[in-house]
Amino acid sequence: MSLERIRNFSIVAHIDHGKSTLADRILELTETLTGREMREQVLDSMELERERGITIKAQAVRVLWKGHQLNLIDTPGHVDFTYEVSRALQACEGALLVVDAAQGIEAQTLANAYLAIENDLEIVPVVNKIDLPQADPEGTAAQVAELVGEDPARVIRLSAKTGEGVAAALDAVVERVPPPSGDPLGPARALVFDSSYDQYRGVVAFVRMVDGKFKTRERLRAMAAGTTFEAEELGFFSPVRTPSGTLTAGEVGYVITGLKDVGSLRVGDTITSQARPASEPLPGYKDVKPTVFAGLFPTESDDYPELRDALEKLKLNDASLFYEPETSQALGFGFRCGFLGLLHMEIVRERLEREFDLDLLVTAPNVAYRVWTKGGDEVEVHNPADFPREVERVEEPVIRATTIVPKDYVGSLMELNNERRGRYHHLEYLSEERVLLVYDLPLAEIVYDYYDQLKSRTKGYASFDYDVLGFQEADLVRVDILLAGDPVDALSLIIHRSSSYARGRALVERLRQEIPRQLFDVPVQAAIGSRVIARETIKAKRKDVLAKCYGGDITRKRKLIEKQKKGKKRMKQVGIVEVPQEAFLAVLNLDTEKRG
Amino acid sequence: MSGLGGVRHLYVHLPFCASRCGYCDFVTLVGKAGRHAAYVDALLAELGLERDLLAARLETVYLGGGTPTFTEPEELRRLLASLPPAEEVTVEANPETVTPALARLLREAGVTRVSLGAQSFQPHLLRALERRAGPDDVRRAFYHLRDASFDNVSLDLIYGIPGQSSSDLDRDLEEALALGSEHLSCYELEAKAGTRFMHAHGEELARQAEAMEGYFQRVVETLVGAGYRWYETANFCRAGREARHNLGYWLGHDYVAIGIGAVSTVGKRRWRNEPSLGRYLAALRAGERPPRENESLGPAVKLQERLMLGLRLDEPVSLAAVGGAVNREALARLERLGLVTAGAGGLLLTERGRYLGDAVTAELLV
Repeated sequence: MSLERIRNFSIVAHIDHGKSTLADRILELTETLTGREMREQVLDSMELERERGITIKAQAVRVLWKGHQLNLIDTPGHVDFTYEVSRALQACEGALLVVDAAQGIEAQTLANAYLAIENDLEIVPVVNKIDLPQADPEGTAAQVAELVGEDPARVIRLSAKTGEGVAAALDAVVERVPPPSGDPLGPARALVFDSSYDQYRGVVAFVRMVDGKFKTRERLRAMAAGTTFEAEELGFFSPVRTPSGTLTAGEVGYVITGLKDVGSLRVGDTITSQARPASEPLPGYKDVKPTVFAGLFPTESDDYPELRDALEKLKLNDASLFYEPETSQALGFGFRCGFLGLLHMEIVRERLEREFDLDLLVTAPNVAYRVWTKGGDEVEVHNPADFPREVERVEEPVIRATTIVPKDYVGSLMELNNERRGRYHHLEYLSEERVLLVYDLPLAEIVYDYYDQLKSRTKGYASFDYDVLGFQEADLVRVDILLAGDPVDALSLIIHRSSSYARGRALVERLRQEIPRQLFDVPVQAAIGSRVIARETIKAKRKDVLAKCYGGDITRKRKLIEKQKKGKKRMKQVGIVEVPQEAFLAVLNLDTEKRG
Repeated sequence: MSGLGGVRHLYVHLPFCASRCGYCDFVTLVGKAGRHAAYVDALLAELGLERDLLAARLETVYLGGGTPTFTEPEELRRLLASLPPAEEVTVEANPETVTPALARLLREAGVTRVSLGAQSFQPHLLRALERRAGPDDVRRAFYHLRDASFDNVSLDLIYGIPGQSSSDLDRDLEEALALGSEHLSCYELEAKAGTRFMHAHGEELARQAEAMEGYFQRVVETLVGAGYRWYETANFCRAGREARHNLGYWLGHDYVAIGIGAVSTVGKRRWRNEPSLGRYLAALRAGERPPRENESLGPAVKLQERLMLGLRLDEPVSLAAVGGAVNREALARLERLGLVTAGAGGLLLTERGRYLGDAVTAELLV
């Protein structure tokens, strides 16, 4: 199709503002799917996405509207997936910015709007849920208009639920979003903005054709990776894969590569034609860096190979997932994984447990630190166990947190941020009722229990988003937990000196409760270097024997001892102490439980 | 090992009781006075069927229950008269059943030893246990036995009773010592989850759990201090007054047991009679063995049991005999912790090791 008749756009919105419902309605209205084929949130194909009502992977679907080819790229809404959003946005020329008429602008509305502006996208502001009794379409339209610098009259009012106004939104996409620019006759260049893995057909690249054209069976080359492959199939999503034989400049579609190694075609790479290669790749995406790290260990050590395979498979569909083998004395073989944020971590964990049927132990999440050792070396530390005991200087990542709350909660929010070593930046009234509060906070403070505190202290009315600012120096210490004098590597943590005593005490106390009494006294200590900051003792058992054992009791007694023996086998050995899996779980969930 | 005709220990189960005590988990039947004769007939019939397993002259016979002394006296007499002779014949008795006449009956029937279920000497604890006897009944029964010239009497005590303070425990031990029995068995109350007893006393027991942890040690120290030998985890005796029957179990001897719910072990065979009285009587009336659950004991299991039971005693278990069941690394660790010694005579638990016997055994087993 000629470039003039193509529009590439995405829908961006704060979570729950109706993005996926709007996408569903568009598929229906454009007769891409009949009503019978429709199911809620067609584009959210992952079980987890459907269940949580969120989008994790970007999806691209082609619809036809009044003689135009519209490529809709659905994007995730959560802060953790900003990177996925930005990749998807690079494949577009415009975006529908959806705002809930009852909720107004939220933190991610701002984040997404800024992202769209940065990517030079034409923003079509949309107020959704106008059918709700508590909706304020006019007030919300005014807010959005101001945000994006648009005339309030041009804000589309619609209800994705009833379908009212959806056609107007599509018309606006055709009218306002510019057609893709690009050279249809030049050497072919396509941007890989996402990929998935098909176990029969290998890596499937989601691409935006920028210049030129691909044909099925053509030899292609990934410019950055240097990999060559044959385009086994080309096509678009409608919303299922629909082969088209060619992809031309401006179009969005997929390329089945047959590649079995996902590493040989990375998201952000440029695909060109082998026969007539482009000289320059398209500007790539910035390299995404994980911000949150945690150790993942199978609860059954026999499951290690399964965990490795599962991570490999997940990585095929999740380029942002980072992992490397980690060995813990206490937890055995596992992986240190890097995530885009806490939600990302939770999603990976849930997918591993559900889709791959694994039982996992996840260590307390931490951030990446820059450490200067006494010797003057600079190292990046992702694992508390690698944190040098003697350091010259430490820097930790800092974020700029944007929170929007009703004005009554500003006080408690500021209190929370101050407790979390936050630095006030500024405050702004968005309306008479709603306040935008900006703080700079150490990322480590967000990773530890922040979301739940935020939620409980603002009764769920706060919306939150953040950008990573960079690194800053901080007085951080490594706290080790020792059982009978032996450090438990999996429980070490890096923490600001001011909270080290409280956390150390809480951990030690919890371990004392969770570790069963042994045949000897077990001191449980928290220590910074060689200095003990908290100590408890698990007193030795005084009695563990059944009094009565006569002729009729022997079998039962033997079975009880066998059971006791089996129980011991399930425990992890830390030095001379036997620690049940549950004790690690309880300690690692300390944060979670404190929230409740 | 005993082959045909080699078994020297016989256990006879008499399940009848006047009432059921809340904590009891033995096979017992309340009342059923009319069935005592039929039951004794059945016991003798079962004995006849298993007679070939037994040696001509037994080392021990043990009548346990239930309350053996609750059995109709004539039936008890008939039973005792029909059992093969043995060097030690023990009968369990509940205090309230021991009259001078009963004591004489037992003595005349060849009983050499009586195990008296005292449990406690304090009314509030006996009530918690739902025992029928009061403290005076216990003392009276003891004297009746002495009067009938029993010189080998054992007292059963229970500790860890709901509401039992440590001074209660001391008083019970004092009372028992004052009687001067030849033998004492002291059991910690084993209350099973889900029982009526646990329902009534579970909270109280949980509250007391920590305080009661030291009771076992207290019992041992008091009785050993009074000159008793702590020869088995829960058993104490004057010199030469071990319960030979029970010692047979702990040394891994074979034993034949008759009666409902009774468990026998002969070589690698173990069987348990089903606990149903009706089916037991019917089978033996028809001249057949009663319905049983069978268990086959492989060589590894025999070794495990030998170790598990042997470690309950105050005399070493030969490492040569049980070595195959012992994890040497664990043994070294437990020796370092001062819980086990492995001397020339074999394996022996230290005093602290004996308090932790089950945990130590679990660790020692391969």
